[in-house]
Amino acid sequence: MSKFLMPSLGADMESAILMEWLVKEGDEVKKGQVVAEVETSKGVIEIEVFEDGIVEKLLVEPEIECDVGTPLALINSLNESSHEEELTVREPIEEISEPEKIVEKERIKASPAARKKAQELGVDLATLASKVDRTIQLKDVEAVASKDEKVENQNGMRGAIAAAMSRSNAEIPHYYLSTSINMTPALKWLEELNAQRNIKDRILPAALLIQASVKALKSVPELNAFYKDGSHLIRDEINPAIAIAIRKGGLITPALMNAQDMNLDKVMQSLDDLITRTRKGKLRGSEMMEQTVTITNLGDLGVERVYGVIYPPQVAIIGLGRIVDAPWAEGDTLAVRKVLQATIAGDHRATDGRTGALFLDKLNYFLQKPEELL
Amino acid sequence: MTKEEITDVVIQQILEIAPDIEEADIEPEENLQSSLEIDSFDFLKILTAMNEQLGVEVPEVDYYKVDTLEHMVNYFFDRV
Repeated sequence: MSKFLMPSLGADMESAILMEWLVKEGDEVKKGQVVAEVETSKGVIEIEVFEDGIVEKLLVEPEIECDVGTPLALINSLNESSHEEELTVREPIEEISEPEKIVEKERIKASPAARKKAQELGVDLATLASKVDRTIQLKDVEAVASKDEKVENQNGMRGAIAAAMSRSNAEIPHYYLSTSINMTPALKWLEELNAQRNIKDRILPAALLIQASVKALKSVPELNAFYKDGSHLIRDEINPAIAIAIRKGGLITPALMNAQDMNLDKVMQSLDDLITRTRKGKLRGSEMMEQTVTITNLGDLGVERVYGVIYPPQVAIIGLGRIVDAPWAEGDTLAVRKVLQATIAGDHRATDGRTGALFLDKLNYFLQKPEELL
Repeated sequence: MTKEEITDVVIQQILEIAPDIEEADIEPEENLQSSLEIDSFDFLKILTAMNEQLGVEVPEVDYYKVDTLEHMVNYFFDRV
């Protein structure tokens, strides 16, 4: 028997509200099955079980806020079917069936962006909800906050990010590498491909860049890895965390799960789906927990070079800047080309600069041969 | 369709795809993507929705002609 706990869906999460159980006691569940929906500052997230088994007991009622680590249910694992074992572990479980830290709160209707902003600015949504007679929007939170001093709440979400990032910078010896990539051939190829397609099936440059990064990671798997307790653990699955902006409400980095098995069309569809669900607040728990590497593309904001901070236990973050028209020497002529600055920050305990350089070289290789990315 | 009707359709699609945007935020002469923080995915969704509504497909080579609300309305007005 094992306890199914409220997962930590990111370093900035302290608690979440269990909104709905999607299973009942006695149901058989499979590893990876969504069993509940929880609401966090990042919206509604579907959480999954990590083993096959039978739901023995649901410990928490819907609409209750639980801290990370609170037992939510008891799962009777299928491979420990011995009755005696069950009985021996049953006793202590009775004690944890009423977790201490459950705080009952009425669920407040607010948009994900509003919720996130409120936490950042320290605005109390409950107080606000009593004044606003509908779903709280970002502007409501901002209206309240602008009346108060504009001091960010360092104890809330921003504070948790600050702690995680300070730890990363203090503990991880980063190395940084950067290279210029001529994107003219890839963009021209994409333009020709899209011209033959229906508008619904068009591929965006962002999908091409992610597919190229994933292919390059397959060639240099050392960067798709974790660094834990002094060990460098290469991961088979490539789940790149994609930095996605919630309009006016910060960044969320959910994973594009199992990108190693995708072709270009699939990357485009999955990315579109991931962005839509991130903004609607409908992510899965695994997407917030199983990232193996990060890809950040701040190109939309006009930044040319991105030097990232590694999110532990990952060992690398890939930065893709804005594609700009720039002078480019080819042979003995100077021409104007679409140029992308690609960067990588690597954990020097896990890999060295040579590994990072190999990655950037592979990335460039695939972007010069875009037809191999289809 | 009149220009006013097309404007209504475009605004409706923008608000549907980017629900955090207020109608008052949309300035007719500002670049839609940079002023409203609409990324390339949302921009493509807006154009896909417009294609469904009006039957006009905007090829990529014409993207510069639909960069602001005003330009987009004119573009569709000429082609509907």
